[in-house]
Amino acid sequence: MHELGIAQNIIEIVQDQTKNYSNRKIKNVFVKVGKLTNVLNDSLVFGYDALIMGTNLEGSKLSIETVPAKIRCESCGSESVIDGLTFCCDQCKSTSVKLVNGMELTVFEIEIEDLSEVT
Amino acid sequence: MSVITVERKVLAKNDVIANENRSAFKRNKNFVINLLSSPGSGKTSLVEKTIEVCKNKLKIAVIEGDVQTDLDAQRIDKLGVPVAQIVTNGGCHLEANLVKDALNSLNTNDVDFLVIENVGNLVCPAGYDLGEDFKVVVLSVTEGDDKPLKYPAMFRNASVLVINKIDLLPYLKCSIDELKKNALSINPSLKIFETSCTTGKGVDSWCSWIQSNLQSK
Ligand SMILES: Nc1nc2c(ncn2[C@@H]2O[C@H](COP(=O)(O)OP(=O)(O)OP(=O)(O)O)[C@@H](O)[C@H]2O)c(=O)[nH]1
Ligand SMILES: [Mg+2]
Ligand SMILES: [Zn+2]
Repeated sequence: MHELGIAQNIIEIVQDQTKNYSNRKIKNVFVKVGKLTNVLNDSLVFGYDALIMGTNLEGSKLSIETVPAKIRCESCGSESVIDGLTFCCDQCKSTSVKLVNGMELTVFEIEIEDLSEVT
Repeated sequence: MSVITVERKVLAKNDVIANENRSAFKRNKNFVINLLSSPGSGKTSLVEKTIEVCKNKLKIAVIEGDVQTDLDAQRIDKLGVPVAQIVTNGGCHLEANLVKDALNSLNTNDVDFLVIENVGNLVCPAGYDLGEDFKVVVLSVTEGDDKPLKYPAMFRNASVLVINKIDLLPYLKCSIDELKKNALSINPSLKIFETSCTTGKGVDSWCSWIQSNLQSK
């Protein structure tokens, strides 16, 4: 359910960012999804594919890069990737840590066809 | 192929509106919580108890979010507290624009404490800022002491945990110590309360916490 809304947001961002290239086909949309966002990749792709039908994004592919959850320790400064269960430094076991990755939900690249490919 | 580099947050639209809500709350000096839990943990019961204990000391208003029905709003309305109901019609979480709309039908100028009761769901609402001061997650002991580990994003994003239905502990295998340990392993800065909305136990210290936050507004 909530992946559908997120897919809609992604589509709006792509449409906004490509409005100066309206004669070119949109081929690939790259998004980063943090491990801790609770977003299901399959549902997101499913929602995206359903919503782009009949729009100028039809035929484009949503590519998802999953970003692992990473913390930085405020005691010793080292960074550790966590499995989502323990917000605890790998090195010194301190729990005073800051989350640096894992909550992202961003559109970071859009691939469109070259001018030479425009038919 | 040509590449356009974008770097745009997918939920930017929600964040913009959440910040508008936040400014409105600040102007009105409303202390605002976003109340979260799985279905039936006792969010509305906690609001009812809070109203019972604090009604004479502070002005409360409530926004109720539900997938269907205005049953929760009716419960609050009975207590004579201003309430707005948002029905999401299947939507699994509240978004900032829904709260903004609800604020149009709810006068919050003179409100001290505004509760936004989210849709019962431990997953989806975690990622949506509504403009609140704090996310407060309610977990009832009947759900089991392992839930913080299974829903880390919710417990990580919340500032406060209310462990509810403690009157039922004698009948359950749930260990409060284990539950707290699990919650704190996800979020060491969680402030924790233990309550029973049936007996009223623990509601006083929860209400004192609300009071102390009003003073810093
Ligand atoms: N024994 C016991 N029952 C409780 C307590 N708090 C709530 N309940 C009961 O739990 C049930 C659900 O309570 P609600 O307050 O409606 O829960 P909710 O979280 O608002 O539910 P939704 O809004 O539907 O997600 C009701 O039958 C309450 O009477 C408690 O502290 N102890
Ligand atoms: Mg309720
Ligand atoms: Zn460390």
